[in-house]
Amino acid sequence: MSVEIVKTQPEDATISAQAQDAKIAQSPLAIRGLTVSYGEKPAVFSVDMTVEPGQMTAIIGPNGAGKSTLLKAALGIVAPVSGRVSVFGRSLAEQRARIAYVPQRASVDWDFPTRVIDVVLMGLYRELGLLGWIKGGHRAKALDCLERVGMGDFAARQIGQLSGGQQQRVFLARALAQGADLYLLDEPFAGVDAATEKAIISVLKSLREAGKTVVVVHHDLATVTEYFDRVFLINTRRVAEGPVAEAFTEETLQAAYGGRLATSQIDKLARA
Amino acid sequence: MLLDALLLQLGYNATLVAIGAALLGTAAGITGTFLFLRKRALVSDAVSHATLPGVCIAFLLMAFAGGDGRNLAGLLAGSAVSAGIGLWCMNWLTRNTRLAEDAAIGAVLSVFFGFGIVLLTVIQTLGVGRQAGLEGFLLGSTAGMLYSDAVVIAAGGAVTLFLVLLTRRPMTLVAFDPEYAAARGLPVDRIDMLMMGLVMAVTVVGLKIVGLILIVALLIIPAVTARFWTERSEYVVLLAGLFGGVAAYLGAALSASAPNLPTGPLIVLVSFALFALSLFLAPNRGVLAAVLRHLRFQRRVHLRQGLLALAQGQAIYESLTLRLLRRADLVRADGVATGKGKARAAKALRDEQRWEVVRSDVTQEAAAALYDGLRDIETVLTRDQIQEIDRRIGGPREVAS
Repeated sequence: MSVEIVKTQPEDATISAQAQDAKIAQSPLAIRGLTVSYGEKPAVFSVDMTVEPGQMTAIIGPNGAGKSTLLKAALGIVAPVSGRVSVFGRSLAEQRARIAYVPQRASVDWDFPTRVIDVVLMGLYRELGLLGWIKGGHRAKALDCLERVGMGDFAARQIGQLSGGQQQRVFLARALAQGADLYLLDEPFAGVDAATEKAIISVLKSLREAGKTVVVVHHDLATVTEYFDRVFLINTRRVAEGPVAEAFTEETLQAAYGGRLATSQIDKLARA
Repeated sequence: MLLDALLLQLGYNATLVAIGAALLGTAAGITGTFLFLRKRALVSDAVSHATLPGVCIAFLLMAFAGGDGRNLAGLLAGSAVSAGIGLWCMNWLTRNTRLAEDAAIGAVLSVFFGFGIVLLTVIQTLGVGRQAGLEGFLLGSTAGMLYSDAVVIAAGGAVTLFLVLLTRRPMTLVAFDPEYAAARGLPVDRIDMLMMGLVMAVTVVGLKIVGLILIVALLIIPAVTARFWTERSEYVVLLAGLFGGVAAYLGAALSASAPNLPTGPLIVLVSFALFALSLFLAPNRGVLAAVLRHLRFQRRVHLRQGLLALAQGQAIYESLTLRLLRRADLVRADGVATGKGKARAAKALRDEQRWEVVRSDVTQEAAAALYDGLRDIETVLTRDQIQEIDRRIGGPREVAS
């Protein structure tokens, strides 16, 4: 695996078309030439991304760099201006059932009349179908997912009574209930307590052990080396992509963050 | 008279109206809940006002074609078309311009309604057909309700409820978390459209009984009322149906019990009464419960602060604190602590010191986060942990509680 630092010449041009196709077919999430724009200012411009199977990848970049937008476009939540997304070598529509998404906590109204277990049961939406009633087996499965994130005792609580970290763990439990192969998480560690961060990372690692692929939009540069196998640095364009040891360096951070990080800070992180 | 009305003993028309209203109220309450959960309650107001031009144009078309301009099915079909156009305009405005939804609602509502009123006036001056009663669609008019009208209402309500049953799960998911729903591959736009379509159907069906100005009350108030009583969306839906049905039935019965009482407005007033009762009396979310909860909390705070003041030998100035301490037999009338008071005060101070240790310990972050000045430390830490803390503080081993 080599580091891909985007220079003037896209590196893809140097690889043969067949090799490209093979890479895309193997990847749980391969993005090519993706541009997403709100109004006429692209938030993500002509981005290529190739997620490696069975690894934990962090999407990193400064505020407004298009991290969440990239994820949302990959999931079809926002429509791209151009670009292709393939999931396990096929179209997104064909592979929906294999993707689990954990949105940002702030994206929903936590005063919604629903209990913790009901939120997790939403993860079983496909299994339940339109008219199917929720049975004991579904409930047991949902409870099991709650146990995995350490929230088993909270099943009957109204979601508004939870702390921020607990809400985040409920979202993760909902994703677990889907039994997906690819997990996409949007800032799961933002504003959560230490206990939650530990619980989430241990669940993510167990998913990796089980051969699943995990992609996380991440904001905390200090924990990148500890938590992740690979990084994807973005600042509207792809800045770097590769294993942490190679792609998470002083040079790439400087390129992604520009003047926003003090040189000493970058130095410390890159050496960590 | 009212009792007769409630028991459907006031003749054919009153019975028809009461049953029709109850069905409509149930359908409106259930459908409206999804709109309320999606936080788009006011859209229904625009939809209902947008029906008026359609009613008038349908009347004109039918009258000029030589038929009966007041054929209900024809009028409702017309109203559905113009409500659909209004809905489409609103969606277009919010999606393709920088207008927010509330502005789009205001624009569509007023323009369509204004146009409808112009048409209505024109119809009245033209003198075509037998236009009398057309203005009844504004506020509802049940006086001349026919059996066939009731059948239209019942059938419309039943179809709506069936569609809600089929789509309840996707609609709830979209209302709670539209992004997640989209990520699961749900057609969020189409589900929203369906939701609006159902609201439109209820509105059209309800024109005859409550009229287009007040139908919004039947869609929204039952859902808001139901929300006071439960924390589960499926129960909100069912309760809203119940409240809507009961309010409509009672309102219709009330209006039948005396001459010249309008049906639609009375239904709205009854549902408001249910809302007001819930607002004050509901457990947890009700106003009364909130006040009681606050008072209880205030008492705990005062008691705790009083105990800490006693332990540190400070004077207590607040009369509420003194009163509470006195009532709990912790101080004597002259403000001096009783034996029990001294023990409780010492315990409170000791707990404060224990908390201080916990809060300065990085490894106890989770426990420390629970500190609020009131919580008993025993509910957070085990006996062993507390003993360990006491060892670190030193001083007396055990403080009687």
